[in-house]
Amino acid sequence: MVVQRRSQVDNIPAYSRSDVENLIASNNEPTWLKDRRLAAWDLYENTPMPRLEEEWRRTDYSHIHWTDASTVVTPNGAVVADVPQKNLEPLIGDRQGGLLVFVDGKLVHNEVADELTSQGIIFKDLRAAVKENEDIVKQYLMTQAVKPEDGKFASLNAALWDHGILIYFPKGVVAELPIHAVMYNKQSGGHLAHVLVVVEENAQATVQVDYASAEGPTHSSYVGATELIVGDAANLRYVALQEWNRETYEFSHQRALVGASANLDWVIGNMGTRLTKAFIEVDIVGTGANARVSGFFFADKNQFFDLDTQQNHNAPLTTSDLLFKGAAKDQARTLWQGMIKSLPKMQKIDGYQVCRNLVLSRDARMDSIPGLEIEADDVACSHAATFGTLEEELIFYLMARGIPRPQAQLMVIDGFFDELLQRIPFERVRQRLQAEIEAKILG
Amino acid sequence: MAVELQIRNLHAHVEGDEQPILRGVNLTIRQGEIHALMGPNGSGKSTLANVLMGNPTYEVTEGQVLFGEHDLLEMEADERSRAGLFLAFQYPVSIPGVTLANFLRHAINARLKDEDPDSKGMPIPQFTRLLREKMNLLGIDHSFAGRYLNEGFSGGEKKRAEVLQMATLEPKIAVLDETDSGLDIDALRIVAEGVNKLTGPDMGALVITHYQRMLNYIKPDYVHVMFAGQIVESGGPELALQLEENGYDWIREKYAVAQS
Repeated sequence: MVVQRRSQVDNIPAYSRSDVENLIASNNEPTWLKDRRLAAWDLYENTPMPRLEEEWRRTDYSHIHWTDASTVVTPNGAVVADVPQKNLEPLIGDRQGGLLVFVDGKLVHNEVADELTSQGIIFKDLRAAVKENEDIVKQYLMTQAVKPEDGKFASLNAALWDHGILIYFPKGVVAELPIHAVMYNKQSGGHLAHVLVVVEENAQATVQVDYASAEGPTHSSYVGATELIVGDAANLRYVALQEWNRETYEFSHQRALVGASANLDWVIGNMGTRLTKAFIEVDIVGTGANARVSGFFFADKNQFFDLDTQQNHNAPLTTSDLLFKGAAKDQARTLWQGMIKSLPKMQKIDGYQVCRNLVLSRDARMDSIPGLEIEADDVACSHAATFGTLEEELIFYLMARGIPRPQAQLMVIDGFFDELLQRIPFERVRQRLQAEIEAKILG
Repeated sequence: MAVELQIRNLHAHVEGDEQPILRGVNLTIRQGEIHALMGPNGSGKSTLANVLMGNPTYEVTEGQVLFGEHDLLEMEADERSRAGLFLAFQYPVSIPGVTLANFLRHAINARLKDEDPDSKGMPIPQFTRLLREKMNLLGIDHSFAGRYLNEGFSGGEKKRAEVLQMATLEPKIAVLDETDSGLDIDALRIVAEGVNKLTGPDMGALVITHYQRMLNYIKPDYVHVMFAGQIVESGGPELALQLEENGYDWIREKYAVAQS
């Protein structure tokens, strides 16, 4: 009897060099971008699919149907009205400085307040920015934060990103209003987006990006890159909320560069996907810089979240404070691998890295692997991972005061996440995450 | 009409351990009465308190508990609470991220929902007034309300938080499980004064204590002695004084034979 098996070789994204060439031609892209895309494609082709490397060996994505998940998506007339209201709401109050909405990679809503434009703030489709703000894109796109050589999927994004955003704050510009971008997908297939945020010296920005998709019939992929470049003495508050549907496989590289005396406050909410493999990294490159990263994750059913975080202290007198809190129920799996690194002799650095896990069912599995590689002696670095379950003793205490069991469970779980939610300076984001907790507990 | 808690021939053991802890407890407590339950360590006092409240750690093997019209043993812990039973825990757990105020508001709203399924719950200003009033009654600092439940509370604070919950939920019958344990004399007096303010015609209490000193502050109508899972002696306040004077040895001597 002949057993048919999908071979390892076949089970890879089904893109080809001609997809890259078609993209370059249809966008009529400049030579420098064409060269970068093709170089990235060569790198991609010459890199094997990651499997046994330390950061990948616990991640099984062999069951993904790449023939579906790497189908090139062509926009088919979807409009902003297709996007759920919760993804469009402003971060604060009822006004936002701008709202850009993409559906299936097409820009369907483009609204930027005049006061932002007059300040010189750029907030636009990255494809348009390639033409209209070429110098900025050329200077920053995958040259400093995420680079094609960061991994197989970073090079794939570099070669084939087909939609994205440029957010650019010139020197000293302070925007009162937050700006908001939404990446929404209605069609299954391969989605490749690139977010490039540059906040120049002394500028201050607040940015939210929502990722979401309609329930899809077949496997989809999101191969994404996020670059946050925070200049000297600049301040960036960045919120990314991910609610891809449960047929989506995410492979993303997200990296921030934080300059001297700059502040980054980064909030990440992982809610959707079948599988997420995200590299979340902060490079602290200037003296006196501070970075805070707050990560939420809650996996249920067959979800697998695999989050790699790294805090690189490449300058002295810097602080980083990373807290991830997550839960898993049903048969879900989560994995967090963290690392704090320093260059040699980076004195007076203070790095904090904690992942707290709440395991909500016998069949769920959560792993956390913290790590430190510090090459200096005058430092204060700490790391920890904790694991807990929903203790019956706590539930009984609440029930003994008249609170029914489901509500008692929800209170204890909300209480677990409270430490993380308290770090998030936006009421609406806290509400979104609380609604997610409730949906997953009661669902 | 005064509600009665009737415990009849109650037997129980820890789930997964066949060794019986309660071996036929009989006791009736009416609204308005204060009963003290004393006894040496390990006699089953705390087990009785937990079994009454419905702690799933324990399994009832025999007997009956009636609470007014209700068959208590058929009810979940939350239903028992809403019916008017209260347990002040010996070791209150801390619940990170849940403030005392938020927790109590949920507890009150669960009661309102019982009365009216469409209830939207008590409006926050009204709840805040109610909680402040109770805190004033018990001399508790208002900052208590915003603190995470029992998190970082001292022994005395935990017990006062239990009494505050009791004051807010206004039970018909309250079981106080060694509320005096771990308290110095000042903390004990404060807690006991709180309890005294709440007992009266509308509330009955079962005050479980190892020591007589608690009963210097809370005057019981009846005193019972538990030994080896049964109530072996019952009497008036003089029984507590007798135990204070003679300890529990005479109980052991008198009933150890019966036990074996």
